[in-house]
Amino acid sequence: MSENKLLRIGSGAAWWGDRVEPAALNAERGDLDYLCFETMAEATVSAAQVRARRDPSFPGYDTYLDDRMRAVLPACMRRGTRIVSNQGWINPQGAARRIVELLRELGIRGVKVAAVGGSLITDRVLELAPTILENGQPTATLKDTLISAEAYMGAEPIVQALREGAQIVVTGRVADPSLFLAPMMYEFGWDPLDHERIGAGSGIGHLMECGAQVTGGYFADPGLKDVPEPWNLAFPIAEVDAQGNVTLSKVAGTGGAITAQTVKEQMLYEVHDPAHYITPDVVVDFTRARIEPLGPDRVRVTGLTGKPRTPTLKVSMGCTEGFIGEDMFFYAGPGALRRAQLAKKILEERFKIVKLDAEEVRIDFLGLNAIHGAATPPDAPEPYEVAVRVAARTRTREEAVKVGREVDGMAVSGVGHTGKRVPHQERTREVIGVWSSLVPRGQVAAHIDHFTS
Amino acid sequence: MKARLEQVAHTRSGDKGNTSNIAVFAYEPALYPLLKEQLTAERFKAFHREAITGEVLRYEAENLHALNFVAHGALGGGVSRSLSLDNYGKALSAAILGFTLDVPDELAPLLRERRSA
Repeated sequence: MSENKLLRIGSGAAWWGDRVEPAALNAERGDLDYLCFETMAEATVSAAQVRARRDPSFPGYDTYLDDRMRAVLPACMRRGTRIVSNQGWINPQGAARRIVELLRELGIRGVKVAAVGGSLITDRVLELAPTILENGQPTATLKDTLISAEAYMGAEPIVQALREGAQIVVTGRVADPSLFLAPMMYEFGWDPLDHERIGAGSGIGHLMECGAQVTGGYFADPGLKDVPEPWNLAFPIAEVDAQGNVTLSKVAGTGGAITAQTVKEQMLYEVHDPAHYITPDVVVDFTRARIEPLGPDRVRVTGLTGKPRTPTLKVSMGCTEGFIGEDMFFYAGPGALRRAQLAKKILEERFKIVKLDAEEVRIDFLGLNAIHGAATPPDAPEPYEVAVRVAARTRTREEAVKVGREVDGMAVSGVGHTGKRVPHQERTREVIGVWSSLVPRGQVAAHIDHFTS
Repeated sequence: MKARLEQVAHTRSGDKGNTSNIAVFAYEPALYPLLKEQLTAERFKAFHREAITGEVLRYEAENLHALNFVAHGALGGGVSRSLSLDNYGKALSAAILGFTLDVPDELAPLLRERRSA
């Protein structure tokens, strides 16, 4: 790619549950060189492992893989837009095979699809990663509860897959910004150790990885921060140059907004020290970035840079940690809060009667203090309606079930004017606790498999 | 005069395990020194009472006219094991908007007022 060429990279998803329509719009009208999908949260891999154990028919990749790919493949293949996606979860080869099937269904032949694996290190993690970062304990303390461990790989294996001719690359666990960095490294030929450019590219990836969070999503606050047509948000498009400068934009005619404010908010999202944002590829420095609005929904970001990468990769370890039982019921009208408070007292006493064995119990008043908890101002006004929301964390599912059973009792054995949802939804769920550690980067080897439609 | 933080700055929260980062961005560069001076890590933690159980660190990003608060123990034990309805703490960044600041009268024209619909 020539020095003056601008690379156009679009976002296709910011998480597993994200909307599909903006991805299709980016594929059709974004004039993209690359479309990148981020679909994994911290506990995604462990949750997938648990599901795969119980349900042999679960293929182990993004449950929306078909929806997302069907929405974008025709336009992407017609226009020559390459796709980079972490929808492979615990089975990137399976995801690649499925994409090949979908391409064939669409009559699109000869497309190369690569699967990038190697991030799963469950069988080796206890010896490779001695210490849990959050509590300083040995990882051996997780031996009996460990479900899955995966290292966060960087952009290099994706670059290699692109170099080997892949038009679609689907991965397991890869750091979110790396999905967007990889096309820049490949197209501009950036050296993986050029920490200034890799820092810039990773910073751009960070701005892109949360999709609509930079185009007016997770932003509107009516009367203070208004967003036009927030029902019609687009996912962002990065126009990147070979030096690592970027202009953020979106498809014309869509709602939302890209402003200095939306870009700033996303720049520090999930960041701790803004001068040291650690990724597998580099340590990003956001503190010298300059943000310059160029016009409506066009913002230029320059000055993103970085410092040399660390010798280690982060590892996430998912562990079984028991169950959560939860349910809620409702009050409204004069005296609603008083009735809710009495209901709370009744539940606390009944949990003693049924000997609920819980690590933690929480009874909140939704409408008053369920969201901000102890940070709720003591003088907050009394609500007209209030939901009593009950949750307990227990070792066994049998104990967790008691929460819903006692909420059932509130229907006829509680206080006056109690509203309740019947039939109720599933009221227990398994807890997968996530812990972190570090492994030497040399201990994690990516492997790449190629498939052709 | 007194002002609420929402008149001076906008905020966004993000999660990592049991740690929430809440970034606070001055609407106007001229208001940023007020934030630096008055919204200390200590006051930030005290404002949230027992909702933050661990240490609060404050980072300054001058280029963004921003303070980034890293609040340990703010997510009920961690996103996956929290009993909170908002287990990612995505609504947490609204709490601090009620923090009260002293604003010199000459800066009052820079304050935002929530417009009615």
